[in-house]
Amino acid sequence: MFEATAQNRRNRKVEGLFRLLFLWMTCMLILPVALILGVLIVRGGPAISWEFLFSPPTNGMTAGGILPALVGTVWLVVVALIASVPVGVAAALYLSEYAPDNRLTRAINLAIINLAGVPSIVHALFGVGAFVIFFRFGTSILAASLTLAVMTLPVVIVATRESLQTVPLAFREACWNMGATRWQTIRKIVLPNSISGILTGVILEVSRTSGETAPIMFTGAAFFLPFLPQGVLDQTMAMSLHLFVISTQVPDVPEHMPFGVALVLISMVLAMNGISIAFRVYLRGRKKW
Amino acid sequence: MSVAEPSTPSAAGASAAILVEKLNLWYGDFQALFDVDLRVRAGAITSLIGPSGCGKTTLLRSVNRINERLGYVRTTGSIRLWGLDVLDPSVELAQLRKQVGMVFQRPNPLPLSVRDNVLFGTRVHLPGGKPPTRAEAGRIVEEALREVLLWDELKDSLDRRGTELSLEQQQKLCIARLLPVKPRLLLMDEPCSALDPAGTEAVEELIWKLRGDYTILIVTHNMAQARRASEECVFMLLGEMIEHSDTASMFLNPANEQTAAYIEGRYG
Repeated sequence: MFEATAQNRRNRKVEGLFRLLFLWMTCMLILPVALILGVLIVRGGPAISWEFLFSPPTNGMTAGGILPALVGTVWLVVVALIASVPVGVAAALYLSEYAPDNRLTRAINLAIINLAGVPSIVHALFGVGAFVIFFRFGTSILAASLTLAVMTLPVVIVATRESLQTVPLAFREACWNMGATRWQTIRKIVLPNSISGILTGVILEVSRTSGETAPIMFTGAAFFLPFLPQGVLDQTMAMSLHLFVISTQVPDVPEHMPFGVALVLISMVLAMNGISIAFRVYLRGRKKW
Repeated sequence: MSVAEPSTPSAAGASAAILVEKLNLWYGDFQALFDVDLRVRAGAITSLIGPSGCGKTTLLRSVNRINERLGYVRTTGSIRLWGLDVLDPSVELAQLRKQVGMVFQRPNPLPLSVRDNVLFGTRVHLPGGKPPTRAEAGRIVEEALREVLLWDELKDSLDRRGTELSLEQQQKLCIARLLPVKPRLLLMDEPCSALDPAGTEAVEELIWKLRGDYTILIVTHNMAQARRASEECVFMLLGEMIEHSDTASMFLNPANEQTAAYIEGRYG
């Protein structure tokens, strides 16, 4: 009565086959990540030192450190965040909490998706036209950061909107039925319960922004500039562009240097992602309903 | 807590809290209510019964105009609360919802502490023009929780999240949350259907206790509940009001053939 039939055995074989296939694909996915990290650590690790992190490049970028690029990347990211987070969160709040479901809203949503699909080099050219030339910011941190901000805006909007939508509708209904306005509902209930997701989105944006090269290379990032930027209208070096430059444009760079730059850059990104994950786990643990 | 007399008694008589006349309602092209006339006595518990889709929840949700949020709802006719037409465009919805509290099928306490749940209404409406002081807040919380028979259970755990309570406590908290802004009418949409039998009994008892101080309109699927916990009963079918009488006589001696059939469980 309970013996396996031929059909059962065939099913089990197919089942095992697909399990193996999917497992193999997953390994293929992890492999490049592990290889990249491994190679960077082995070949870039020796380059890392206090001096490397905290001194400017010397000898035509074939020696010395990366301080101006490191500081420049921080500047670019911070200014980009200041520009994009308020706009992105406000737009997401409008789309999620206020906008009626009509043709205009759908058109806006479509625009956001399309904005996310625009290649970064196109954003770079837009940044040159709009911020460098039209608004006369020149090639500066401001122009580069605004270009980055425009590019990452869809990420902020989508992450924020998804996070807002994890707050159950029942809470909103409870508020509205007590006569609370949309804004009172947002301030007292929706935002406090979605802030973890919004911050996660912001941190992901940071990690994304810090690695971008194309949007900044025409708008504010300098080839070589051994000083630290003093304000948003200065040009600056940046980690991503510096990596590109010393890997391809400068002769006689010792081999460990580009790997060192890449290692620092990827460590920044991974640290950000790690913070984002830890934060989410912490806030999710506190949230109960 | 007692309810002040209506400031403008209507010509139809001060005893009617809700007076619905010739109410028709459409969701898009679908007509959900047909010429509904209803008069709800002030201070009484009136239950709306009828099979699923008969329009009882729609009627309930028209009274505080929460239906309108859907955007494709159209109504004709009038709904008067204490003589005032609530469908009038000049009605301030925030004020309407302050006067008309609503309790939902699934308890929906806010993800805040028990204390903040009870104080939410006063913070939204600021009855004194500013948020209550600490002392006032304490008194408001105690009064509201006492009224819903939760004070003794929860007085030492006012900082617990409302969403962590048992379902019965959650539903009582949802009722307590309405009281500090002194509503005059409570709408309840199957308030016990998510609760176990003991919880149902406790919440029914509470509703019965609130009778007199508040006018209560309650939608229920549960015939026994309508019979136990209401004074007047309204039977609806396919968007029409079929019969309205006091509960005892409806269950003993229904005037309408369809009412009799429904009550006896021949359909529903």
